[in-house]
Amino acid sequence: MSKKQHYKITVNGKEEEFLAEPRELLIYTLRERLNITGPHIGCETSHCGACTVTIDGKSVKSCTMFVAQADGKDITTIEGIGGPDDLHPLQNAFKEHHGLQCGYCTPGMITRATKLLEENPNPTEEDIRFGMAGNICRCTGYQNIVKSIMAAAAEMNAAKEAAE
Amino acid sequence: MIPAAFEYYRPKDMAGVLSILEEHGDDARVMAGGHSLIPMMKLRMADVPHLIDLQDVEGMSGIEIGVEAIRIGAMVTQHDIIDHEPLASAAPILREAALQIADPQVRYMGTVGGNVANGDPGNDMPGLMQCLDAAFTVVGPDGERDIPARDFYEAAYMTAREDEEVLTAVTIPMPKGGYAYEKQKRKIGDYATAAAAVQIVNDGGTCASASIAMTNLSDTPIYSEAAGAALVGTSVDDAAMNAAVAAMLGDIDPTEDNRGPIAFKKHVAGVILRRAIERAWSRA
Ligand SMILES: Cc1cc2nc3c(=O)[nH]c(=O)nc-3n(C[C@H](O)[C@H](O)[C@H](O)COP(=O)(O)OP(=O)(O)OC[C@H]3O[C@@H](n4cnc5c(N)ncnc54)[C@H](O)[C@@H]3O)c2cc1C
Repeated sequence: MSKKQHYKITVNGKEEEFLAEPRELLIYTLRERLNITGPHIGCETSHCGACTVTIDGKSVKSCTMFVAQADGKDITTIEGIGGPDDLHPLQNAFKEHHGLQCGYCTPGMITRATKLLEENPNPTEEDIRFGMAGNICRCTGYQNIVKSIMAAAAEMNAAKEAAE
Repeated sequence: MIPAAFEYYRPKDMAGVLSILEEHGDDARVMAGGHSLIPMMKLRMADVPHLIDLQDVEGMSGIEIGVEAIRIGAMVTQHDIIDHEPLASAAPILREAALQIADPQVRYMGTVGGNVANGDPGNDMPGLMQCLDAAFTVVGPDGERDIPARDFYEAAYMTAREDEEVLTAVTIPMPKGGYAYEKQKRKIGDYATAAAAVQIVNDGGTCASASIAMTNLSDTPIYSEAAGAALVGTSVDDAAMNAAVAAMLGDIDPTEDNRGPIAFKKHVAGVILRRAIERAWSRA
């Protein structure tokens, strides 16, 4: 065992300080140390995307990052995107368009989709399928996931226009 | 999945990296994006007692487009490559290939340096860099040297880079003519069953030069000089493409694995190369 180190990360706007071994995978830091259980553990082999979080503006599979790498970083999880009383347009669209079945992949899907829409506010269906390729839905409900993201994009663009 | 314990370092400059490598020898390894290394450490197929994270090392994240060459820092990510408009117009094959690597999350983390240094025959950038006749700059205790991509790969995970050397940049002579990166994979995010990188010059309907490299069809990437030569001086008609495919098949040495038996891989390699040549020629 290597010595525990002191780490400081910002999660959903809150600074967190703790001691951990450098080899701890970030998904475990989030879930088990900080009790932020939105990001899920699906495959744990960098494939399924259920553990996706946003780190300094990048969508990252948090099962494939050591806590030591994340030291000093700014992290957003699904909890920081919206809650029951203030749903993000993507969360609302997933609800309205049945973008989830069992819901296990949903936090990763929505977290990834926020970044996708930030980079491409007017995606085509194909852009969405390509941009969401790192997230797997084992219920295979892709059709409605794509629909939800399209709907959220339209809603967000309309809101932006109305504000201008 | 819990990897073995390690000491973690995040030096701010190359001198710091080199001194840790020197002190710990074989027990130390650098990490770039970690998206090849961490999965191996989780499986305990790689044991790295001293892990040197390169993320804070200065001077390895630039993309410089000169008149005769392009220089890409080792820490440039696949996402950076896709996102960089001047690079995409100077060397469009880089974006075309990067878009076929892994998935969006992996591309934010995976670096050019890690992809070419890794030495996994499944990685897409080694063959691409051989096609483009790139050179890899490495720095070690004895200073800096350049190694041609075509001489870099010795066997799976064995390269011309010494353990105490770090790859800092990739330099690509300005590509000319038409291009294509064609990859057959079982699903998005998969490594290639076969992939072909082609860069080709059309001089008034005749092929003036052609460079061809193949991925995941041997224990190293394969630069097939003979396949390129089979196209030069032709109008890249059916007969020339057949000759190029035959020459390429003579250079590769695939093995049977979960992507299929040898005969299938050779078949796919031929189909993929033909498509790549056709597309590259149509753009030349
Ligand atoms: C789900 C998934 C799918 C993938 N699909 C593909 C694919 O289709 N095609 C593909 O090409 N790749 C694929 N990859 C691999 C991905 O592109 C890796 O990120 C890349 O191969 C390695 O880059 P890295 O920066 O993550 O390197 P790391 O994992 O950090 O390092 C890899 C190796 O290179 C060494 N290294 C790294 N940087 C340097 C340097 N500057 N100097 C010397 N040595 C160095 C490390 O010591 C290590 O041995 C996939 C990965 C995953 C997780």
